[in-house]
Amino acid sequence: MSRRKDNYETSRWLKFKTWVDGETDPLSSGMDPTEVIPESRMRERRKDLARRKAYDEELTRIAAHHEGKTEIMKARGIRYFQKFYKVMSVILCLGIILVLLWTVSALPVTGNAGNPANNEVAARYIEKGLQETGAVNIVTGMILDYRAFDTFGESCVLFIASCCVLVLLRLDADSKNESIKKMIAESDDRHFEPKDDIILQKCACVLVPVIMIFGIYIVLNGHLSPGGGFSGGAVLGSGLILYLTAYGYRKMSRLFTEKVYRRTTLCALTFYCLAKSYSFFTGANHLESGIPLGTPGAILSSGLILPLNICVGLVVACTMYVFYTLFRKGGM
Amino acid sequence: MLQHLSLNIEETAAVILFGVGFTILLLHRNLIKKIMGMNVMDTATYLFLASKGYITGRAVPIVVDGVQEVEAYINPVPSGLVLTGIVVSVSTTALMLSLTIRLYERYHSLDLDEILIMAKEEEQT
Amino acid sequence: MRLFECILLLCLVLCALSVAFTKDLLTSIIIFMSYSLIMCLIWMILQSPDLAITEAAVGAGVTSILFFLTLKKIRAIRKEGQDEQEEG
Repeated sequence: MSRRKDNYETSRWLKFKTWVDGETDPLSSGMDPTEVIPESRMRERRKDLARRKAYDEELTRIAAHHEGKTEIMKARGIRYFQKFYKVMSVILCLGIILVLLWTVSALPVTGNAGNPANNEVAARYIEKGLQETGAVNIVTGMILDYRAFDTFGESCVLFIASCCVLVLLRLDADSKNESIKKMIAESDDRHFEPKDDIILQKCACVLVPVIMIFGIYIVLNGHLSPGGGFSGGAVLGSGLILYLTAYGYRKMSRLFTEKVYRRTTLCALTFYCLAKSYSFFTGANHLESGIPLGTPGAILSSGLILPLNICVGLVVACTMYVFYTLFRKGGM
Repeated sequence: MLQHLSLNIEETAAVILFGVGFTILLLHRNLIKKIMGMNVMDTATYLFLASKGYITGRAVPIVVDGVQEVEAYINPVPSGLVLTGIVVSVSTTALMLSLTIRLYERYHSLDLDEILIMAKEEEQT
Repeated sequence: MRLFECILLLCLVLCALSVAFTKDLLTSIIIFMSYSLIMCLIWMILQSPDLAITEAAVGAGVTSILFFLTLKKIRAIRKEGQDEQEEG
């Protein structure tokens, strides 16, 4: 950011902005970072708060002793209020449940084929799904073909969430602030863990390949059997997490760094977007998309669903792994 | 009414779970407990949705032996909706937990009431 | 099968209630994990194995790991604060 600001002072955009704003630039005074309250002051304030609370209680007690009944009533009132709060919370819970139960008792019976939820949309997916999407698993065909736009938004939600966690929890290694450097040194928790834990490492040695292969199988067979990008991606992510816990960051950084994360996610999302735009464009204009559907049941079938599944799986696996590293260390 | 409730027990359980989760979310002071309540509410909603698509005696919506009659499979639409919902609920959970960590770093407390009192004092000074 | 489902749903409600009433955070996280596993079985009974796989990997796996990490981080911050207090 700082490098960009140097250009910003002389840029045309600033001139334009001052012209629009009438010679005032909100950023010209410099962005003032919000004041960080030192830990000691914070703790003092907490202590102060506790002391004040104790003092108040003491005061009410003494006052209740020495003075009239009104003070006793006040001290008693707080206690009554807390009890009242608990009772009322249980009553509120029961009330909500009762009202909802009353609603449920008016709903149609579960498991009945004639329910209004089982309408012509579901019938269409089941009857024509195999011919139109080529996927044996109708659920996958539905979420990656009929409703692929929905799933694209969903992958973007995952990406945005990981970005938000990155903003909130990342500790910048290049920062000049002393306290942040100290925090990075402290959060490097390999010092406190048993290094080279032989039991964990041997277990991981056996388990990680199996978990990874299982994850890849789930992703690749998404259109043939239960599974798909979301579940397979989560399994892959947990395999990466297990490897990281057993062998540490140094070995992991040979395989997975921040750069890899950025490139993989960007490529996967872009490919998804382009592929789906193409198929929507051709579909809306009644053109031949030229993507072969293949024979149902073969692994290379069902057109775009297999590559899209791989994209979604990559995004989900990266997101899960990044959540873990950010929560544990504040960086990748 | 009771007989009807016993016929759709999944929905009854989902509604009870929703109420419990809502109460945890609203009335616990601990932030981590609140997040757990939110998750319970999430799963309750998914259970309700999935039970809407379930049809007794029908199989998983995966085409076997080329059978493509509507009478053979359950409704695939709620499954697809819930599948995407589960993954989104993880990302919201991660976001809320990271916010909780930041709050704890600043105020050294998980109690929402204490945090509110301290934030108010900070504003006044 | 119907009876099994009833038992599982009852366990689900019990787990949710005990999440509400346990005082210790670690215990309640573990109970929440078992809640997700029971949910996974119920998806199997409701004939949606896609959801079962996702719930097992995501709900019981990743979410609980994130909760554990948050707890660990909070304990670390608390410990650090106590050390400084003893020094000062």
